[in-house]
Amino acid sequence: MDDFYRENILDHYRNPRNSGHMEHPSASADGVNPLCGDELSVELEVEDGMVTDVRYNGRGCAISQAAASMLSEAIKGRKLDEIRDLGKEDVLDELGIPLTPIRLKCAMLSVGVLKVAVSQLTGEPLPQEWAGSDEIRWNSA
Amino acid sequence: MAVAPVRTPLDVERIKLDFPILQRPVYGDKRLVYLDSASSAQKPRQVIDRLVEVYETGYANVHRGVYHLGALATEWYEESRDIIAGFLNAPDRREVVFTRDTTEGLNLVAYAYGRMAAGPGDAIVATEMEHHSNMVPWQFLAQQTGATLHYVRLTDDGRLDPDSLSALDGVDNVKIVAAAHVSNSLGTVNDIPGLARWAHDRGAVLVVDGAQAAPHRAVDVQALGCDFYAISGHKLCGPGAGALWGRAELLERMPPFLTGGEMIRTVELERTSWNDLPWKFEAGTPAIAECIAFGAAVRYLQGIGLEAIAEHEHALTRYAYDVLDEIPGVVQYGPPPDERAGIMSFNVADVHPHDVAQILDSEGICVRAGHHCTQPLMRRYDLTATTRASVYLYNTSQDIDALADGIAKVRRTFGV
Repeated sequence: MDDFYRENILDHYRNPRNSGHMEHPSASADGVNPLCGDELSVELEVEDGMVTDVRYNGRGCAISQAAASMLSEAIKGRKLDEIRDLGKEDVLDELGIPLTPIRLKCAMLSVGVLKVAVSQLTGEPLPQEWAGSDEIRWNSA
Repeated sequence: MAVAPVRTPLDVERIKLDFPILQRPVYGDKRLVYLDSASSAQKPRQVIDRLVEVYETGYANVHRGVYHLGALATEWYEESRDIIAGFLNAPDRREVVFTRDTTEGLNLVAYAYGRMAAGPGDAIVATEMEHHSNMVPWQFLAQQTGATLHYVRLTDDGRLDPDSLSALDGVDNVKIVAAAHVSNSLGTVNDIPGLARWAHDRGAVLVVDGAQAAPHRAVDVQALGCDFYAISGHKLCGPGAGALWGRAELLERMPPFLTGGEMIRTVELERTSWNDLPWKFEAGTPAIAECIAFGAAVRYLQGIGLEAIAEHEHALTRYAYDVLDEIPGVVQYGPPPDERAGIMSFNVADVHPHDVAQILDSEGICVRAGHHCTQPLMRRYDLTATTRASVYLYNTSQDIDALADGIAKVRRTFGV
Protein backbone atom coordinates (compact mmCIF):
# COMPACT_ATOMS: atom_id res chain seq x y z
CA MET A 1 0.00 0.00 0.00
CA ASP A 2 2.92 2.29 0.60
CA ASP A 3 3.49 3.14 -3.05
CA PHE A 4 -0.17 3.95 -3.68
CA TYR A 5 0.63 7.60 -4.26
CA ARG A 6 3.53 6.98 -6.60
CA GLU A 7 5.35 9.93 -7.99
CA ASN A 8 3.68 9.79 -11.42
CA ILE A 9 0.18 9.91 -9.89
CA LEU A 10 1.11 12.84 -7.70
CA ASP A 11 2.75 14.55 -10.69
CA HIS A 12 -0.41 14.21 -12.79
CA TYR A 13 -2.49 15.43 -9.81
CA ARG A 14 -0.30 18.48 -9.21
CA ASN A 15 0.30 19.26 -12.88
CA PRO A 16 -2.73 18.00 -14.77
CA ARG A 17 -2.15 17.60 -18.52
CA ASN A 18 -4.66 19.06 -20.95
CA SER A 19 -6.56 20.94 -18.28
CA GLY A 20 -8.79 23.95 -18.89
CA HIS A 21 -11.26 24.73 -21.63
CA MET A 22 -11.31 25.00 -25.43
CA GLU A 23 -13.13 27.61 -27.49
CA HIS A 24 -15.32 25.42 -29.65
CA PRO A 25 -15.46 21.83 -28.46
CA SER A 26 -17.14 19.26 -30.69
CA ALA A 27 -18.66 17.70 -27.59
CA SER A 28 -18.51 18.11 -23.84
CA ALA A 29 -19.84 16.44 -20.74
CA ASP A 30 -19.45 16.65 -17.01
CA GLY A 31 -20.00 14.42 -14.05
CA VAL A 32 -20.13 14.58 -10.28
CA ASN A 33 -19.50 11.83 -7.77
CA PRO A 34 -21.68 12.92 -4.84
CA LEU A 35 -20.07 10.30 -2.63
CA CYS A 36 -16.96 12.41 -2.33
CA GLY A 37 -17.70 15.56 -4.31
CA ASP A 38 -15.32 14.82 -7.19
CA GLU A 39 -16.19 16.96 -10.22
CA LEU A 40 -14.92 16.53 -13.74
CA SER A 41 -15.77 17.97 -17.14
CA VAL A 42 -14.36 16.95 -20.49
CA GLU A 43 -14.27 18.74 -23.84
CA LEU A 44 -13.36 17.02 -27.07
CA GLU A 45 -12.28 18.27 -30.46
CA VAL A 46 -13.04 15.62 -33.04
CA GLU A 47 -12.14 15.55 -36.74
CA ASP A 48 -12.97 12.68 -39.10
CA GLY A 49 -13.88 10.42 -36.21
CA MET A 50 -10.62 11.05 -34.41
CA VAL A 51 -9.95 12.94 -31.16
CA THR A 52 -7.58 15.75 -32.11
CA ASP A 53 -7.68 17.59 -28.79
CA VAL A 54 -9.06 17.13 -25.27
CA ARG A 55 -9.47 19.23 -22.16
CA TYR A 56 -10.33 18.06 -18.68
CA ASN A 57 -11.32 20.38 -15.90
CA GLY A 58 -12.24 19.43 -12.40
CA ARG A 59 -11.55 19.18 -8.73
CA GLY A 60 -11.45 16.30 -6.36
CA CYS A 61 -9.17 13.62 -5.03
CA ALA A 62 -5.76 12.77 -6.45
CA ILE A 63 -7.01 9.55 -8.03
CA SER A 64 -9.90 11.16 -9.93
CA GLN A 65 -7.81 14.06 -11.19
CA ALA A 66 -4.68 12.05 -12.02
CA ALA A 67 -6.75 9.48 -13.91
CA ALA A 68 -8.26 12.25 -16.04
CA SER A 69 -4.85 13.73 -16.76
CA MET A 70 -3.40 10.35 -17.77
CA LEU A 71 -6.42 9.51 -19.87
CA SER A 72 -6.21 12.84 -21.69
CA GLU A 73 -2.75 11.91 -22.93
CA ALA A 74 -3.85 8.42 -23.89
CA ILE A 75 -6.84 9.41 -26.02
CA LYS A 76 -5.36 12.12 -28.21
CA GLY A 77 -5.16 10.82 -31.76
CA ARG A 78 -7.44 7.88 -30.96
CA LYS A 79 -10.53 7.03 -32.99
CA LEU A 80 -13.99 7.43 -31.41
CA ASP A 81 -14.70 3.70 -31.66
CA GLU A 82 -11.48 3.00 -29.77
CA ILE A 83 -12.67 5.34 -27.02
CA ARG A 84 -16.04 3.66 -27.04
CA ASP A 85 -14.24 0.41 -26.25
CA LEU A 86 -12.24 1.85 -23.34
CA GLY A 87 -12.90 0.03 -20.10
CA LYS A 88 -11.98 -0.08 -16.46
CA GLU A 89 -8.81 -2.03 -17.16
CA ASP A 90 -7.45 0.73 -19.40
CA VAL A 91 -7.76 3.30 -16.63
CA LEU A 92 -6.29 0.92 -14.06
CA ASP A 93 -3.39 0.21 -16.43
CA GLU A 94 -2.73 3.93 -16.71
CA LEU A 95 -2.79 4.40 -12.93
CA GLY A 96 -0.76 1.24 -12.35
CA ILE A 97 -2.19 0.59 -8.87
CA PRO A 98 -4.96 -1.64 -7.54
CA LEU A 99 -8.09 0.17 -6.35
CA THR A 100 -10.81 -0.81 -3.88
CA PRO A 101 -14.38 -0.48 -5.25
CA ILE A 102 -14.88 2.92 -3.57
CA ARG A 103 -11.71 4.36 -5.10
CA LEU A 104 -12.50 2.73 -8.44
CA LYS A 105 -15.44 5.13 -8.69
CA CYS A 106 -12.99 8.03 -8.30
CA ALA A 107 -10.91 6.76 -11.20
CA MET A 108 -13.88 5.91 -13.41
CA LEU A 109 -15.30 9.44 -13.40
CA SER A 110 -12.76 10.39 -16.08
CA VAL A 111 -13.70 7.59 -18.46
CA GLY A 112 -17.40 8.00 -17.67
CA VAL A 113 -17.63 11.65 -18.75
CA LEU A 114 -15.65 10.72 -21.84
CA LYS A 115 -18.23 8.06 -22.73
CA VAL A 116 -21.04 10.60 -22.30
CA ALA A 117 -19.30 13.07 -24.65
CA VAL A 118 -18.65 10.37 -27.24
CA SER A 119 -22.23 9.10 -27.14
CA GLN A 120 -23.38 12.65 -27.88
CA LEU A 121 -21.21 12.74 -30.99
CA THR A 122 -22.04 9.31 -32.30
CA GLY A 123 -25.68 9.35 -31.25
CA GLU A 124 -25.20 5.89 -29.79
CA PRO A 125 -26.80 5.33 -26.40
CA LEU A 126 -24.54 5.22 -23.39
CA PRO A 127 -23.58 1.60 -22.64
CA GLN A 128 -25.61 0.18 -19.77
CA GLU A 129 -22.66 -0.22 -17.42
CA TRP A 130 -22.05 3.53 -17.60
CA ALA A 131 -25.63 4.74 -17.88
CA GLY A 132 -26.56 2.61 -14.91
CA SER A 133 -23.86 3.95 -12.62
CA ASP A 134 -25.77 4.49 -9.40
CA GLU A 135 -23.75 7.12 -7.64
CA ILE A 136 -22.24 9.21 -10.41
CA ARG A 137 -24.43 11.87 -11.93
CA TRP A 138 -23.79 12.70 -15.56
CA ASN A 139 -24.73 15.81 -17.48
CA SER A 140 -24.07 16.41 -21.11
CA ALA A 141 -23.57 19.95 -22.24
CA MET B 1 2.76 23.90 23.60
CA ALA B 2 2.85 20.40 25.05
CA VAL B 3 -0.44 18.55 24.91
CA ALA B 4 -1.63 17.37 28.31
CA PRO B 5 -1.70 13.57 28.68
CA VAL B 6 -4.97 11.68 28.85
CA ARG B 7 -6.36 10.77 32.28
CA THR B 8 -8.99 8.10 31.91
CA PRO B 9 -11.10 6.06 34.34
CA LEU B 10 -10.90 3.03 31.99
CA ASP B 11 -8.34 0.24 31.91
CA VAL B 12 -8.20 0.40 28.12
CA GLU B 13 -5.41 -2.15 27.72
CA ARG B 14 -7.61 -4.73 29.44
CA ILE B 15 -10.71 -3.64 27.47
CA LYS B 16 -8.82 -4.01 24.19
CA LEU B 17 -8.20 -7.66 24.97
CA ASP B 18 -11.98 -8.18 24.79
CA PHE B 19 -11.94 -7.20 21.09
CA PRO B 20 -10.37 -9.95 18.96
CA ILE B 21 -10.20 -7.78 15.85
CA LEU B 22 -7.99 -5.25 17.63
CA GLN B 23 -5.38 -7.99 18.08
CA ARG B 24 -4.91 -8.51 14.34
CA PRO B 25 -2.22 -6.58 12.53
CA VAL B 26 -2.86 -5.07 9.10
CA TYR B 27 -0.61 -4.74 6.05
CA GLY B 28 1.96 -7.13 7.49
CA ASP B 29 2.86 -6.03 10.98
CA LYS B 30 1.11 -2.67 11.37
CA ARG B 31 -1.01 -2.16 14.49
CA LEU B 32 -4.70 -1.70 13.69
CA VAL B 33 -5.86 1.75 14.77
CA TYR B 34 -9.64 1.84 14.57
CA LEU B 35 -11.01 5.38 14.60
CA ASP B 36 -14.32 4.81 12.83
CA SER B 37 -16.65 3.70 15.62
CA ALA B 38 -19.12 6.47 14.76
CA SER B 39 -19.72 4.49 11.58
CA SER B 40 -19.81 1.07 13.25
CA ALA B 41 -18.19 -0.21 16.43
CA GLN B 42 -16.06 -3.33 16.83
CA LYS B 43 -17.40 -6.32 18.74
CA PRO B 44 -16.14 -7.73 22.06
CA ARG B 45 -15.74 -11.47 22.65
CA GLN B 46 -18.78 -11.35 24.97
CA VAL B 47 -21.05 -10.34 22.06
CA ILE B 48 -19.49 -12.76 19.57
CA ASP B 49 -19.80 -15.57 22.15
CA ARG B 50 -23.45 -14.74 22.72
CA LEU B 51 -24.18 -14.98 18.99
CA VAL B 52 -22.45 -18.36 18.87
CA GLU B 53 -24.26 -19.50 22.03
CA VAL B 54 -27.63 -18.63 20.49
CA TYR B 55 -26.93 -20.50 17.27
CA GLU B 56 -25.34 -23.48 19.04
CA THR B 57 -27.71 -23.91 21.96
CA GLY B 58 -30.92 -21.90 21.72
CA TYR B 59 -31.91 -20.94 18.21
CA ALA B 60 -35.44 -21.19 16.82
CA ASN B 61 -38.05 -18.71 15.70
CA VAL B 62 -39.54 -16.54 18.44
CA HIS B 63 -43.14 -16.38 19.70
CA ARG B 64 -44.14 -19.48 17.72
CA GLY B 65 -42.57 -22.76 18.73
CA VAL B 66 -44.23 -24.85 21.45
CA TYR B 67 -40.99 -26.78 21.74
CA HIS B 68 -38.15 -26.08 24.16
CA LEU B 69 -35.83 -24.27 21.73
CA GLY B 70 -38.56 -21.91 20.60
CA ALA B 71 -39.39 -21.06 24.19
CA LEU B 72 -35.72 -20.50 25.03
CA ALA B 73 -35.10 -18.24 22.02
CA THR B 74 -38.23 -16.25 22.89
CA GLU B 75 -37.13 -15.90 26.50
CA TRP B 76 -33.71 -14.61 25.47
CA TYR B 77 -35.19 -12.28 22.87
CA GLU B 78 -37.59 -10.73 25.36
CA GLU B 79 -34.91 -10.61 28.02
CA SER B 80 -32.83 -8.52 25.59
CA ARG B 81 -35.76 -6.13 25.25
CA ASP B 82 -35.78 -5.73 29.04
CA ILE B 83 -32.06 -4.99 29.01
CA ILE B 84 -32.51 -2.30 26.36
CA ALA B 85 -35.52 -0.83 28.18
CA GLY B 86 -33.33 -0.50 31.27
CA PHE B 87 -30.47 0.92 29.22
CA LEU B 88 -32.70 3.77 27.97
CA ASN B 89 -34.59 4.03 31.29
CA ALA B 90 -37.85 3.38 29.44
CA PRO B 91 -40.77 3.34 31.87
CA ASP B 92 -42.35 0.36 30.13
CA ARG B 93 -40.80 -2.57 28.24
CA ARG B 94 -43.69 -2.46 25.74
CA GLU B 95 -42.24 0.83 24.51
CA VAL B 96 -39.10 -0.82 23.07
CA VAL B 97 -39.46 -2.03 19.48
CA PHE B 98 -36.70 -4.04 17.83
CA THR B 99 -35.68 -2.62 14.45
CA ARG B 100 -32.91 -3.17 11.95
CA ASP B 101 -31.16 0.06 12.93
CA THR B 102 -31.72 3.75 13.64
CA THR B 103 -32.74 4.38 10.04
CA GLU B 104 -35.57 1.89 10.31
CA GLY B 105 -36.65 3.30 13.67
CA LEU B 106 -36.87 6.83 12.28
CA ASN B 107 -38.68 5.63 9.16
CA LEU B 108 -41.13 3.75 11.37
CA VAL B 109 -41.98 6.99 13.18
CA ALA B 110 -42.16 9.03 9.98
CA TYR B 111 -44.43 6.49 8.34
CA ALA B 112 -46.69 5.34 11.16
CA TYR B 113 -46.81 8.44 13.35
CA GLY B 114 -46.10 11.01 10.65
CA ARG B 115 -48.90 10.00 8.29
CA MET B 116 -51.31 10.01 11.20
CA ALA B 117 -50.23 13.34 12.64
CA ALA B 118 -49.24 15.56 9.70
CA GLY B 119 -51.31 16.92 6.83
CA PRO B 120 -51.71 20.03 4.67
CA GLY B 121 -51.15 23.17 6.74
CA ASP B 122 -49.04 21.30 9.30
CA ALA B 123 -45.34 21.79 9.88
CA ILE B 124 -42.38 19.54 10.58
CA VAL B 125 -39.15 20.94 12.02
CA ALA B 126 -35.76 19.27 11.60
CA THR B 127 -32.20 20.56 11.90
CA GLU B 128 -29.60 21.33 9.27
CA MET B 129 -27.12 18.95 10.96
CA GLU B 130 -29.24 15.82 10.62
CA HIS B 131 -27.91 12.60 9.16
CA HIS B 132 -29.83 11.85 5.96
CA SER B 133 -31.72 9.16 7.90
CA ASN B 134 -33.32 11.86 10.09
CA MET B 135 -33.87 14.27 7.20
CA VAL B 136 -35.00 12.35 4.12
CA PRO B 137 -37.90 10.56 5.91
CA TRP B 138 -39.27 14.00 6.91
CA GLN B 139 -38.82 15.42 3.41
CA PHE B 140 -40.66 12.40 2.08
CA LEU B 141 -43.39 12.75 4.71
CA ALA B 142 -43.83 16.43 3.85
CA GLN B 143 -44.12 15.60 0.14
CA GLN B 144 -46.62 12.83 0.81
CA THR B 145 -48.83 14.72 3.25
CA GLY B 146 -48.60 18.33 2.08
CA ALA B 147 -46.98 19.42 5.35
CA THR B 148 -44.17 21.97 5.22
CA LEU B 149 -40.63 21.24 6.44
CA HIS B 150 -38.60 23.86 8.32
CA TYR B 151 -35.01 23.70 9.50
CA VAL B 152 -33.13 24.94 12.52
CA ARG B 153 -29.90 26.32 11.04
CA LEU B 154 -26.36 26.06 12.38
CA THR B 155 -23.86 28.48 13.84
CA ASP B 156 -20.39 28.71 12.35
CA ASP B 157 -19.03 26.42 15.07
CA GLY B 158 -21.57 23.69 14.38
CA ARG B 159 -24.28 24.26 16.97
CA LEU B 160 -28.00 24.77 16.54
CA ASP B 161 -28.52 28.49 16.10
CA PRO B 162 -30.89 29.68 18.87
CA ASP B 163 -31.92 32.66 16.70
CA SER B 164 -32.91 30.27 13.95
CA LEU B 165 -35.06 28.31 16.39
CA SER B 166 -36.66 31.54 17.65
CA ALA B 167 -37.39 32.46 14.05
CA LEU B 168 -39.58 29.36 13.90
CA ASP B 169 -41.62 30.44 16.97
CA GLY B 170 -44.30 31.82 14.68
CA VAL B 171 -44.74 28.66 12.62
CA ASP B 172 -48.22 27.26 13.22
CA ASN B 173 -49.31 23.65 13.57
CA VAL B 174 -45.90 22.15 14.23
CA LYS B 175 -46.59 18.44 14.63
CA ILE B 176 -43.14 16.87 14.65
CA VAL B 177 -39.67 18.06 15.65
CA ALA B 178 -36.73 15.84 14.66
CA ALA B 179 -33.19 16.23 15.98
CA ALA B 180 -30.01 14.27 16.57
CA HIS B 181 -28.89 13.87 20.16
CA VAL B 182 -25.29 13.99 18.89
CA SER B 183 -24.21 15.09 15.39
CA ASN B 184 -22.47 12.28 13.51
CA SER B 185 -20.40 14.75 11.49
CA LEU B 186 -19.35 17.30 14.10
CA GLY B 187 -19.96 15.64 17.48
CA THR B 188 -22.24 18.50 18.58
CA VAL B 189 -24.34 17.52 21.61
CA ASN B 190 -27.80 19.01 21.28
CA ASP B 191 -30.00 20.23 24.13
CA ILE B 192 -32.69 17.56 23.86
CA PRO B 193 -34.66 18.64 26.98
CA GLY B 194 -34.79 22.19 25.58
CA LEU B 195 -35.97 20.98 22.17
CA ALA B 196 -38.54 18.73 23.88
CA ARG B 197 -39.98 21.75 25.73
CA TRP B 198 -40.03 23.76 22.49
CA ALA B 199 -41.88 20.93 20.74
CA HIS B 200 -44.32 20.24 23.57
CA ASP B 201 -45.16 23.95 23.93
CA ARG B 202 -46.53 23.62 20.40
CA GLY B 203 -48.26 20.32 20.90
CA ALA B 204 -45.63 18.58 18.76
CA VAL B 205 -43.62 15.44 19.47
CA LEU B 206 -39.82 15.28 19.54
CA VAL B 207 -38.17 12.46 17.58
CA VAL B 208 -34.52 11.90 18.50
CA ASP B 209 -31.81 10.19 16.46
CA GLY B 210 -29.80 8.63 19.27
CA ALA B 211 -27.37 6.67 17.07
CA GLN B 212 -24.31 8.67 18.14
CA ALA B 213 -25.33 9.22 21.76
CA ALA B 214 -26.54 5.91 23.21
CA PRO B 215 -23.22 4.06 22.65
CA HIS B 216 -21.23 6.75 24.42
CA ARG B 217 -23.19 8.25 27.33
CA ALA B 218 -25.97 7.31 29.72
CA VAL B 219 -29.31 7.95 28.03
CA ASP B 220 -32.49 8.45 30.06
CA VAL B 221 -35.44 8.97 27.76
CA GLN B 222 -37.60 10.14 30.67
CA ALA B 223 -35.11 12.80 31.72
CA LEU B 224 -34.60 13.87 28.11
CA GLY B 225 -38.36 14.40 27.77
CA CYS B 226 -38.49 13.27 24.13
CA ASP B 227 -41.24 11.15 22.58
CA PHE B 228 -39.28 8.79 20.31
CA TYR B 229 -35.63 7.75 20.54
CA ALA B 230 -33.96 5.54 17.91
CA ILE B 231 -30.66 3.67 18.34
CA SER B 232 -28.44 1.21 16.45
CA GLY B 233 -26.97 -1.85 18.14
CA HIS B 234 -24.05 -2.09 15.73
CA LYS B 235 -22.70 1.27 16.93
CA LEU B 236 -22.64 0.08 20.54
CA CYS B 237 -20.57 -3.08 20.05
CA GLY B 238 -23.58 -5.21 19.11
CA PRO B 239 -24.52 -6.93 15.86
CA GLY B 240 -26.89 -5.60 13.19
CA ALA B 241 -30.02 -4.81 15.15
CA GLY B 242 -31.56 -1.61 16.42
CA ALA B 243 -34.26 -0.38 18.76
CA LEU B 244 -36.87 2.33 18.83
CA TRP B 245 -38.27 3.67 22.07
CA GLY B 246 -41.59 5.49 21.86
CA ARG B 247 -44.18 6.63 24.39
CA ALA B 248 -46.78 3.89 24.84
CA GLU B 249 -49.73 6.24 24.34
CA LEU B 250 -48.33 7.28 20.95
CA LEU B 251 -47.40 3.75 19.87
CA GLU B 252 -50.90 2.60 20.85
CA ARG B 253 -52.53 5.22 18.61
CA MET B 254 -50.22 4.60 15.65
CA PRO B 255 -51.09 2.26 12.81
CA PRO B 256 -48.49 -0.43 12.06
CA PHE B 257 -45.42 0.24 9.92
CA LEU B 258 -44.86 -3.14 8.24
CA THR B 259 -47.67 -5.67 8.18
CA GLY B 260 -47.63 -9.46 8.01
CA GLY B 261 -46.86 -12.20 10.47
CA GLU B 262 -46.26 -11.68 14.19
CA MET B 263 -47.80 -8.19 14.28
CA ILE B 264 -51.39 -9.47 14.11
CA ARG B 265 -53.92 -10.78 16.62
CA THR B 266 -56.58 -12.19 14.32
CA VAL B 267 -56.70 -12.15 10.55
CA GLU B 268 -59.87 -12.63 8.57
CA LEU B 269 -60.09 -12.42 4.80
CA GLU B 270 -61.22 -8.80 4.94
CA ARG B 271 -59.78 -7.42 8.16
CA THR B 272 -57.08 -7.83 10.74
CA SER B 273 -56.62 -6.74 14.34
CA TRP B 274 -53.18 -5.76 15.57
CA ASN B 275 -51.02 -7.43 18.14
CA ASP B 276 -50.18 -5.72 21.43
CA LEU B 277 -47.18 -3.45 21.86
CA PRO B 278 -44.38 -3.84 21.02
CA TRP B 279 -45.05 -6.74 18.64
CA LYS B 280 -47.50 -4.63 16.61
CA PHE B 281 -44.37 -3.05 15.14
CA GLU B 282 -42.35 -6.24 14.68
CA ALA B 283 -43.74 -7.83 11.54
CA GLY B 284 -42.08 -10.98 10.28
CA THR B 285 -39.19 -12.90 11.77
CA PRO B 286 -36.77 -10.53 13.48
CA ALA B 287 -32.97 -10.82 13.46
CA ILE B 288 -33.29 -13.15 16.47
CA ALA B 289 -29.68 -13.87 17.39
CA GLU B 290 -28.66 -10.28 16.63
CA CYS B 291 -31.39 -8.88 18.88
CA ILE B 292 -30.33 -11.23 21.68
CA ALA B 293 -26.65 -10.32 21.29
CA PHE B 294 -27.66 -6.63 21.20
CA GLY B 295 -28.66 -7.18 24.84
CA ALA B 296 -25.25 -8.76 25.52
CA ALA B 297 -23.57 -5.66 24.05
CA VAL B 298 -25.60 -3.39 26.33
CA ARG B 299 -24.69 -5.57 29.33
CA TYR B 300 -21.03 -5.34 28.33
CA LEU B 301 -21.15 -1.53 28.18
CA GLN B 302 -23.08 -1.35 31.45
CA GLY B 303 -20.45 -3.54 33.09
CA ILE B 304 -17.80 -0.99 32.16
CA GLY B 305 -20.09 1.96 32.90
CA LEU B 306 -21.52 4.50 30.49
CA GLU B 307 -20.37 7.41 32.64
CA ALA B 308 -16.81 6.09 32.65
CA ILE B 309 -16.94 5.56 28.87
CA ALA B 310 -18.16 9.14 28.39
CA GLU B 311 -15.41 10.46 30.64
CA HIS B 312 -12.76 8.45 28.78
CA GLU B 313 -13.97 9.68 25.40
CA HIS B 314 -14.08 13.25 26.61
CA ALA B 315 -10.45 13.04 27.73
CA LEU B 316 -9.45 11.51 24.38
CA THR B 317 -11.43 14.13 22.44
CA ARG B 318 -9.74 16.93 24.33
CA TYR B 319 -6.34 15.31 23.62
CA ALA B 320 -7.11 14.75 19.94
CA TYR B 321 -8.34 18.29 19.49
CA ASP B 322 -5.13 19.69 20.95
CA VAL B 323 -2.92 17.31 18.94
CA LEU B 324 -4.68 18.13 15.66
CA ASP B 325 -4.67 21.83 16.52
CA GLU B 326 -0.87 21.80 16.55
CA ILE B 327 -0.50 20.32 13.05
CA PRO B 328 0.00 23.00 10.38
CA GLY B 329 -2.63 22.88 7.67
CA VAL B 330 -5.19 20.95 9.71
CA VAL B 331 -8.58 22.65 9.93
CA GLN B 332 -11.07 21.26 12.48
CA TYR B 333 -14.83 21.66 12.32
CA GLY B 334 -17.46 21.71 15.03
CA PRO B 335 -17.84 23.03 18.56
CA PRO B 336 -15.03 23.20 21.13
CA PRO B 337 -13.92 19.80 22.47
CA ASP B 338 -15.55 20.30 25.87
CA GLU B 339 -18.92 20.66 24.19
CA ARG B 340 -18.83 17.71 21.85
CA ALA B 341 -18.82 13.94 21.75
CA GLY B 342 -15.84 11.88 20.52
CA ILE B 343 -15.96 12.92 16.88
CA MET B 344 -13.20 14.87 15.14
CA SER B 345 -14.00 16.21 11.68
CA PHE B 346 -11.11 17.88 9.88
CA ASN B 347 -9.29 18.56 6.64
CA VAL B 348 -5.57 18.58 5.88
CA ALA B 349 -4.90 21.69 3.76
CA ASP B 350 -6.47 21.10 0.34
CA VAL B 351 -5.82 17.35 0.25
CA HIS B 352 -9.02 15.50 -0.55
CA PRO B 353 -10.30 13.47 2.44
CA HIS B 354 -10.28 10.29 0.32
CA ASP B 355 -6.56 10.76 -0.22
CA VAL B 356 -6.05 11.50 3.49
CA ALA B 357 -7.95 8.35 4.45
CA GLN B 358 -6.07 6.25 1.89
CA ILE B 359 -2.70 7.28 3.26
CA LEU B 360 -3.88 6.77 6.85
CA ASP B 361 -5.08 3.32 5.80
CA SER B 362 -1.59 2.48 4.55
CA GLU B 363 -0.50 3.02 8.18
CA GLY B 364 -3.27 0.79 9.55
CA ILE B 365 -5.47 3.71 10.61
CA CYS B 366 -9.20 3.45 9.83
CA VAL B 367 -11.06 6.75 9.50
CA ARG B 368 -14.12 7.85 7.56
CA ALA B 369 -13.79 10.23 4.62
CA GLY B 370 -16.72 11.77 2.82
CA HIS B 371 -19.89 13.68 3.57
CA HIS B 372 -20.91 11.30 6.39
CA CYS B 373 -24.49 11.21 5.07
CA THR B 374 -24.89 14.90 5.94
CA GLN B 375 -24.72 16.67 2.58
CA PRO B 376 -26.69 19.76 3.70
CA LEU B 377 -24.35 20.19 6.68
CA MET B 378 -21.33 19.95 4.35
CA ARG B 379 -22.88 22.56 2.09
CA ARG B 380 -23.49 24.84 5.09
CA TYR B 381 -19.73 24.97 5.66
CA ASP B 382 -18.88 25.04 1.94
CA LEU B 383 -17.29 21.59 2.14
CA THR B 384 -17.61 18.59 -0.12
CA ALA B 385 -16.16 16.22 2.44
CA THR B 386 -14.14 15.90 5.63
CA THR B 387 -11.99 13.27 7.26
CA ARG B 388 -13.61 12.02 10.45
CA ALA B 389 -11.90 10.26 13.33
CA SER B 390 -14.13 8.97 16.11
CA VAL B 391 -13.18 7.35 19.41
CA TYR B 392 -14.70 4.69 21.63
CA LEU B 393 -13.91 2.79 24.80
CA TYR B 394 -11.09 0.81 23.16
CA ASN B 395 -9.14 3.80 21.84
CA THR B 396 -6.06 5.25 23.51
CA SER B 397 -3.90 8.34 23.22
CA GLN B 398 -1.47 6.16 21.19
CA ASP B 399 -4.21 5.87 18.56
CA ILE B 400 -4.40 9.65 18.38
CA ASP B 401 -0.59 9.85 18.19
CA ALA B 402 -0.70 7.34 15.32
CA LEU B 403 -3.29 9.56 13.61
CA ALA B 404 -0.96 12.55 14.00
CA ASP B 405 1.95 10.56 12.52
CA GLY B 406 -0.30 9.49 9.65
CA ILE B 407 -1.29 13.09 8.96
CA ALA B 408 2.41 13.97 8.90
CA LYS B 409 2.80 11.35 6.14
CA VAL B 410 -0.12 12.90 4.26
CA ARG B 411 1.59 16.28 4.45
CA ARG B 412 4.91 14.84 3.23
CA THR B 413 3.26 12.94 0.36
CA PHE B 414 1.31 15.93 -0.89
CA GLY B 415 3.86 18.56 0.04
CA VAL B 416 1.44 20.61 2.14
